[in-house]
Amino acid sequence: MSELIGLTAHEAAERMARGEFSAVELTQAVMDRIEAVEPQVQAFLTTTADSALIAAAKVDERRAQGESLPPLAGIPYALKDNMCTVGVKSTAGSKILYNFIPPYDATVVARLKAAGAVLVGKANCDEFAMGSSTENSGFHPTHNPWDLARVPGGSSGGSAAAVAAQECVIALGSDTGGSIRQPAALCGVVGMKPTYGRVSRSGLIAYASSLDQIGPLGRDVTDCALLLNAIAGHDPLDSTAANVPVPDFAAACKSGVKGLRIGIPQEYFGQGVTPEVSTLVHAAIDKLTELGATAEVCSLPYTEYALAAYYIIAPAEASSNLARFDGVKYGLRTKQLAGHIGLTEKTRDEGFGDEVKQRIMIGTYALSAGYYDAYYKRAQQVRTLIRQDFDRVFETFDVLLTPTAPSTAFKIGEKSDPLEMKLADVCTIPVNMAGLPGLSIPCGFADGLPVGLQLIGKAFDEETLFRVAYTYEQATEWHKASPKL
Amino acid sequence: MALSQDEVRKVALLARLELTEEEIASQAKHLNDLLGQFEKLQALDVTGIEPTSHSIPIVNVLRDDVERPSLSREETLANAPEARDGCFVVPRIVAD
Repeated sequence: MSELIGLTAHEAAERMARGEFSAVELTQAVMDRIEAVEPQVQAFLTTTADSALIAAAKVDERRAQGESLPPLAGIPYALKDNMCTVGVKSTAGSKILYNFIPPYDATVVARLKAAGAVLVGKANCDEFAMGSSTENSGFHPTHNPWDLARVPGGSSGGSAAAVAAQECVIALGSDTGGSIRQPAALCGVVGMKPTYGRVSRSGLIAYASSLDQIGPLGRDVTDCALLLNAIAGHDPLDSTAANVPVPDFAAACKSGVKGLRIGIPQEYFGQGVTPEVSTLVHAAIDKLTELGATAEVCSLPYTEYALAAYYIIAPAEASSNLARFDGVKYGLRTKQLAGHIGLTEKTRDEGFGDEVKQRIMIGTYALSAGYYDAYYKRAQQVRTLIRQDFDRVFETFDVLLTPTAPSTAFKIGEKSDPLEMKLADVCTIPVNMAGLPGLSIPCGFADGLPVGLQLIGKAFDEETLFRVAYTYEQATEWHKASPKL
Repeated sequence: MALSQDEVRKVALLARLELTEEEIASQAKHLNDLLGQFEKLQALDVTGIEPTSHSIPIVNVLRDDVERPSLSREETLANAPEARDGCFVVPRIVAD
């Protein structure tokens, strides 16, 4: 049944409904694929073949009884390992949680269970979602399915690589500064960060709480729309999960782009964007104007300050969120003898990787007495300026279009300077700072490596992003390419 | 303004990280590199600009104060590195 693994979720759902194959057959095909390519790709930290086959069999049983099933019933999916799964190890890519088995499901996991989706494994990521290459995983790097010597991007690199390598049909990632969109671009798949508050964060192991958002990855736009519909909406367990209506995103896809006003922020084409990426993104703009949209250059002058402000705000929140890892309640505890402070200090030194320690240190410093106003407060004021930039251009435009990442996937080990690595997120970070939705969609290849473009929308207007992305996708062939593995 | 290694040690204590001497040196370099990047923010005029702590305007979301199910003691302690008599075990804090 190896022909099944390349199907999108909506194709597979239609064919299962017609009785062409069962959820168990589809899940088995995906598990076989994982067994075949995982030694090269290493997208997963844990796979869940046994429970997946049981869940798939339940879906088949419900179908046999004539039940009408939700669109994702029987669809195999991967979950970034920073989301809690009851009874299944959840490490967030960190050694400090190497043995953590959550006592509850994240809200998104509970909703996908109810929808009949089939969890096939927990995807690798940068430790606590801090990174842009998945090289910061406490366990092993993940390889880009298009070129195994290269990174898949990050931090949701395992999720993006698993979707691209057909080791699952769809996946969830989390995005704090680009961690869904950048790996989606580097792996040639579709990925979306919804508006802050669109999806519950309950059960997401926190990195930077005012920026983190869970979102979908898939091999086409419709799959991402279906997956977002399954997880979105208010949740009493997360007071920041906004109580606003959730539209039918899959239906929104089909409205076309006639008369839609696309803004092209000029600042996003400097910042180290390679000529190859720029050319492909501009070709996509031309394509969309052919399809009936209008495009015009605009300006977001505070863009250049976003990266610096982000690297104060995100680490500050992280230093507070990661204070819970103390060697007492769960996870690693040092074997060295120590008093109560020493126990915590030694445990954290052994359990955290370098990047995480660096972010805890800068965050602690930025929040410490005497420096709060100079760093944290000022960064939050800059955040206001960045939001106001977006508010202003959205008076004129319906959607903005930029590159997702400045370049294609880089080689594993190539970016040893952490500051250089951080530039990989220069086009995605401002979107998190403003809490807006952003979507990355494949727009071509440079030297055989995928390139993505980013669409940025108004708060809670994911519908327009799906419209533009779907219309572009239907007029192009990029999403039909798959890596040779 | 560059941070000295002593100041880095103080931050490490606040962050509850026991760093090796080698790590102190590399952290000092990294912190100072980042602080250099932050200088461009100091040049911005932010007078009168309200700080944004959250991108959506939600304040003090409250729920009714009613009992609801929570994790059992066994579930709560299941992941503890060391538990005894229904409690987490920590190093002795008070002397005899």
